[in-house]
Amino acid sequence: MSLLLPDSGLLFWMVIIFAIVFVILARYGFPVITKMLEKRRDYIDNSLRLAREADEKLSRMTQEQARMIAQAREEQNRILREAAQARDNIVSKAKEQAQDEARKILEEARVRIEAEKESALREIRSQVALLSVKVAEKVIRQNLSTDKAQMDLVNKMLDEVSSSKRGN
Amino acid sequence: MKYFLKHISVLVMMLVTAAAAFAGNGSGLPAGADSVHVSASPDAADSDIDVQGIIFGHIGDSYEWHITDIGDKSLTIPLPVIVRSSTGWHCFLSSRLEDGAVHEGLFISRSGKYEGKIVEIDASGNEVRPLDISVTKNVLALMISSVILVTLILCCSRWYRKHDVLREAPRGVAALLEPVIAMINDDVIKDAVGPGYAKFAPYLLTVFFFILINNLMGIVPFFPGGANITGNITITFALAFVTFLLTNLTTNKYYWKDIFCPEVPVWLKPIMVVIEVFGMFTKPFALMLRLFANIMAGHCLILCVVVIIFITAKLGAAIGGAMTVVSVFFGIFMDCLELLVAFIQAYVFTMLSAVFIGLSRQRPEKDKA
Repeated sequence: MSLLLPDSGLLFWMVIIFAIVFVILARYGFPVITKMLEKRRDYIDNSLRLAREADEKLSRMTQEQARMIAQAREEQNRILREAAQARDNIVSKAKEQAQDEARKILEEARVRIEAEKESALREIRSQVALLSVKVAEKVIRQNLSTDKAQMDLVNKMLDEVSSSKRGN
Repeated sequence: MKYFLKHISVLVMMLVTAAAAFAGNGSGLPAGADSVHVSASPDAADSDIDVQGIIFGHIGDSYEWHITDIGDKSLTIPLPVIVRSSTGWHCFLSSRLEDGAVHEGLFISRSGKYEGKIVEIDASGNEVRPLDISVTKNVLALMISSVILVTLILCCSRWYRKHDVLREAPRGVAALLEPVIAMINDDVIKDAVGPGYAKFAPYLLTVFFFILINNLMGIVPFFPGGANITGNITITFALAFVTFLLTNLTTNKYYWKDIFCPEVPVWLKPIMVVIEVFGMFTKPFALMLRLFANIMAGHCLILCVVVIIFITAKLGAAIGGAMTVVSVFFGIFMDCLELLVAFIQAYVFTMLSAVFIGLSRQRPEKDKA
């Protein structure tokens, strides 16, 4: 039965010892430890959160990067295309210009040739007239007085020639 | 898996043989008292083994710490006796009271109400107990384990003071205790007590480690362990009483309303009040008895298993040898079981204390909203 009855002496010591242990541990032991554990848990939670955020940011940045690269490539293509277009433009324009120029030169040349021809014809005509006159002189010197009808004929023929030339 | 099955089968075999061993002895040794018949039976009459004396000597308290016998001499640590008798205060070593010696009118009672306690004879010739605050075996064991506990926990907290927890992983004692502290603090105390748990955490953690270390020290079979501290009802009474005080002194008005004016039909109220008031006391009472009975039974069982060796040694070499093997195996099994029980009982005591505190601080659902 003594097993089931609390003993006053032991109880006295138990209360003292437990009180001392409790005071020491409650003041210098457990609060320190639990506070530190709490602190570390918060830190770990926080770190995990930050890591997750960083991860998200990184993946966002990777996406952004890919997007930027794609954009740059597109830009590059566009610029190249534009450059090719511009080149083609310039070339075709130059060609056109050259053709125009050539045409103009040809025209000028033709005009000048025409003018030259005209002047040459005129020259020829005057020469012919002169020649005719000289021929006529010679004819006249020999035969002027004799045959006035021949002179008329020469004149008439010269006129015909010049008029037919002008008609062209 | 095969490995595991092999172990299980060995365990089962051990259990069966152990049960057979107990059945064979017939008397049911754990009961203690019956075992006297075994030692007193004619078979073993030539040299008695006082089984009851051995077991009760180990699980009880005593004025000196008997470690072992070397030949005829017993190796005993005398402990201070502090007594206030009718003639005033007395303080001396317990070695003066050895073998029934009388010192300053005080002696250890051999029989009767105060068997094993220090008594004096009053004027009418009766044995009376003086005020006795001797440092007994249990008190010394309590002091030793308390010193170990305080050292361990302070070493742990010192590590946390000296180191930056955000940069270093715990080492040594801190690494050993941290998971246990975290488990009790987060899984038991925080969950069971609820909001405002931080106020109770130091007490509940102290209780857990106090019980755990005393349980573990009790399993160690030699000095400074082996004392049956948490299997002593005085210790469990003190612990349960503190929980009782904490539960009832830190409570709120809803707790008292639930006890004295529960929401039941009027004709039920008187009965319910009686039941609730009774419940106030049965909860810590159950705490006290559970820890006491578990640890004491564990000590008893291990002692019984060991004593079987000495009892059966008288029955011849074959039986004695076989039973010794069985006893040793069963003793190993019991020791492992006690390790588990040591933890479980500390855990259960802490958890139930936390639950009682948590229940007494609960608010009704409608008030929370």
